[in-house]
Amino acid sequence: METGTWKVKTGLAQMLKGGVIMDVVNPEQAKIAEEAGACAVMALERVPADIRAAGGVARMADPTIIEAIMKAVSIPVMAKCRIGHFVEAQALEALGVDYIDESEVLTPADESHHIWKHDFKVPFVCGCRNLGEALRRIAEGAAMIRTKGEAGTGNIVEAVRHMRAVMDGIRELVNTPQEELMAKAKEMGAPFELVSEVHRTGKLPVVNFAAGGVATPADAALMMQLGADGVFVGSGIFKSSNPAARAQAIVKATTHYQDPQIIAEVSKNLGEAMPGLDIKQIPSEELLAPRGW
Amino acid sequence: MRIGVLASQGAFAEHIAKLRQLGAEAVPVRLPEELEGLDGLVIPGGESTSISRLMRDFHLADKIKERAQSGLPVFGTCAGMILLAKKNSDAYPETLGLMDISVRRNAFGRQRESFEAELSVPVLGEKPFPGVFIRAPLIEKADGKVEILARLGDGTMVAAREGRLLALAFHPELTDDLRFHQYFLDIACGKR
Repeated sequence: METGTWKVKTGLAQMLKGGVIMDVVNPEQAKIAEEAGACAVMALERVPADIRAAGGVARMADPTIIEAIMKAVSIPVMAKCRIGHFVEAQALEALGVDYIDESEVLTPADESHHIWKHDFKVPFVCGCRNLGEALRRIAEGAAMIRTKGEAGTGNIVEAVRHMRAVMDGIRELVNTPQEELMAKAKEMGAPFELVSEVHRTGKLPVVNFAAGGVATPADAALMMQLGADGVFVGSGIFKSSNPAARAQAIVKATTHYQDPQIIAEVSKNLGEAMPGLDIKQIPSEELLAPRGW
Repeated sequence: MRIGVLASQGAFAEHIAKLRQLGAEAVPVRLPEELEGLDGLVIPGGESTSISRLMRDFHLADKIKERAQSGLPVFGTCAGMILLAKKNSDAYPETLGLMDISVRRNAFGRQRESFEAELSVPVLGEKPFPGVFIRAPLIEKADGKVEILARLGDGTMVAAREGRLLALAFHPELTDDLRFHQYFLDIACGKR
């Protein structure tokens, strides 16, 4: 029996596909998410919208909160560590979380290097804005990728931009002749082996979810139609006026993303969505997506 | 042969790909009307609470139960096995109660404890089967009419068949070994 293999790390992400991973800050929210049909929860001290509002340095959550959430639900529990903060990651592994998100939503601990994720038995998910960034993270050991979007804004525009960039990158590589792949790898800043693999298979070697800005069932279905394998919803659920109803509706829309009738139906009477932010109004030093190297 | 793969949530695309490799017509099933005309159904791995919730919300659960009770072959892997069982040790999720087995969810622990192990499966021949166990369940009890197809080294029951129902605690859809999918197709066409 062998634990912590690449197969079981990437395999758990495959089991999450077609599902919704919800940010929660306490056991009560975690229960609401599980009951609504979430395929996993992300245990946090504050949702991204509150992290954004609070400013300062955002760190790994208090383990007490993470453990309380792990006790409250039977579905997988993820937790975030800072980019490059491998000791926070070690602590999260020791707690027994099911997936670690090395996340740009927290304040980076290292402005040049990410965690060498192959050293861990627990799998990692990392954010990306384009294919090159995705392949760098996978080479470091990320067993799952998510497009970053702009967390805590309730605005889908960046999520769309990043998903299109990844999918365009894949389409471009598929049509790149063999002899140009090395130059492509250099230009993308991605390992040649992974560039070749995408060229050959026409897809990412790991599961890719959408994140950062999903606030409505239609947002979730939009990301699925653009090619996401599933969605993360951060502030979008528990910053809305009726979290339970919205959570259920987003779960349904993610499964039935190709069925406009169902999307229309589940979008009815959900109350107020979370307040949104115009990305152009956010000072560039406060944007989260550019964090990551 | 037309095999439906429940596509509410989880690794359904992987099952569809395996079944197509074996020459079956494989189609995703998200709504009750998509169960019409099927020769078999796969309930894939995924999050069992999530799949169960979506099955209830879209009125699939009763329909699947009805079809299986009137003979539709069903193949469940991991979450699928939990949903096929008569009894689940957890409060969640509500199962379909089709197979006379009791299961324990997340029986081996959390993701840290997920593992790979080679399994001896006599009905598939001598070559061991690559078992991929991800936050996997196990079979705690099985009725006498249930055939146990595989056990771990310590005797833990991880694969079972009862008539046209087949349940595995692990994920053949994540491997290159097609023998369990072939075995299910053989059950569906009455060869086994």
